[in-house]
Amino acid sequence: MKCDRCDNEATVQEITIRHGVRVETHLCEQCARQAGLGPTPTAPPPLHEILQKYIQATGMGHATVVAAKTRANCPSCKLTWEEFRQADRLGCPDCYTAFEAQLGPLLERAHEGGIKHCGKTPARACAAPARPERASPQNEALERMARVTSLRKQLEQAVASEQYERAAAIRDQIRQLSAGDGPTPSV
Amino acid sequence: MTGIPPSLSFESRTEWLRGEGRASDVVMSSRVRLARNINGCPFPHRGTRVHRQASLQLCRRAILGAGLSPMLLWVDLHEASPLERMLLVERHLISKHHSKSRPSAGAASTAPEDPRGVAITLPDERVSIMVNEEDHLRLQVIRTGLALSECWQEIDAVDTRLESVLPYAYSSRFGYLTACPTNVGTGLRMSVMLHLPGLRLNGDIERVKRAATDMNLAVRGFYGEGSDAAGDFYQISNQTTLGRSERQVLEELEVQIIPKVVEYERMARRSFATKRLAAVEDQIYRAYGILTNARLVSTEEAMQLLSHLRLGVVLGLIKNVDQAVVNHLMLLTQPAHLQRVLGREMDQDARRSARAELLRARLLARP
Repeated sequence: MKCDRCDNEATVQEITIRHGVRVETHLCEQCARQAGLGPTPTAPPPLHEILQKYIQATGMGHATVVAAKTRANCPSCKLTWEEFRQADRLGCPDCYTAFEAQLGPLLERAHEGGIKHCGKTPARACAAPARPERASPQNEALERMARVTSLRKQLEQAVASEQYERAAAIRDQIRQLSAGDGPTPSV
Repeated sequence: MTGIPPSLSFESRTEWLRGEGRASDVVMSSRVRLARNINGCPFPHRGTRVHRQASLQLCRRAILGAGLSPMLLWVDLHEASPLERMLLVERHLISKHHSKSRPSAGAASTAPEDPRGVAITLPDERVSIMVNEEDHLRLQVIRTGLALSECWQEIDAVDTRLESVLPYAYSSRFGYLTACPTNVGTGLRMSVMLHLPGLRLNGDIERVKRAATDMNLAVRGFYGEGSDAAGDFYQISNQTTLGRSERQVLEELEVQIIPKVVEYERMARRSFATKRLAAVEDQIYRAYGILTNARLVSTEEAMQLLSHLRLGVVLGLIKNVDQAVVNHLMLLTQPAHLQRVLGREMDQDARRSARAELLRARLLARP
């Protein structure tokens, strides 16, 4: 459809009721802006864009943060949220951290309101921190991973509450802990 | 041991076919499975062939070294023949999904099959552990009669042993991490195989199914997901794995729900016995008549007729056949078992004839 004011393609449609009569206006983006309709270049960008810019500017490009905020992909196996929704299968154990925010409500529905694990716990998951003298390389790796998971959560919270200095400090801790860890299997 | 040794008996020692145990007139078998994964490794469907080879090797070593049983059979499924795979599916030792040949994701159809396997304790076949199914590990214990507690104790012990040598993927919030989020948490599925001809005949089966669904339990057929309730066999199992402990699920199924279903089924059967319903008796004797005389029998027909016969045995109408024999025939008349027992490959027509012959021979045999 053509714009009511010029020959450009109309992209904005305004419907008003004046004195009980419906009036439709079709305008192109430019004319709409002149008429004070539609998106204006001066409107503030959405919050997630500001956040993303901040993350990029400060070098906080940790994939997990980006994934949680923009629904990108899992840092370990590169699975995207859309791929998960199509196949109903996650790609790797790390997907649970990467998509934690999105998975929460979905799991709650699938498990009759269950949101937190209740039941058997691997002995090493509870024994390792209490008995450091028995620490093996595997136990240490597990502990480190648990710590990173917890830090990632804190990082998300810090970003959400705009505590950017705190977020940067947490990010540094995560980097230190994950140095040397890659997406390759630990087998 | 790799591959199924031809000398292995497929006739007598399988624990879940014994037709014994609690409520065995209604409950054929109880099964508990756990889903587990290796930390730091993509789930089987997502990883590369190299990942799957690595997880297979790691798990195989851990399983074979864990001292789970004096005798343990290991089968490399990617190298097993189609008949061997079918045999394991029919015995409920692997899933259909695990038996299907599939090339690695993204690879050409001529590429070698995905590395995967199964470990089975012998001679009872009570414990089986699938490697590289939907999850890296699927542990299961299957027992005769209503025995969920015993299954749970046994699988818990097996799991604890493996856990001491394998780095499981676990999070304090989500529990044991699984490929499908419907299994995350305990990774537990407890299921009971029920024979419910009474409830089917009096029409109450639909009510039981609805009630089970309302309680968020799944009702499936003889061969699990997507299979029909062949011969009035139904599997009832939990679906929720997050936020409810193993004990809670166990308590709900074994103490509350299953005994109720068993009671309803027994009431239905008793009412047939006291009223001596001609229609029910007729169905049972007809089944016996066909099973001991027919010359061609399909798998489905055998299953249905054996189901009627089993009811006749439980009601005391058929006195010269043992319940365990009926249970065994349900398995031996399945396509792969039939070919294994008779020691030759057969097409469908030849199988129908051989099946009829086997049924006659076994049911008319005098002890």
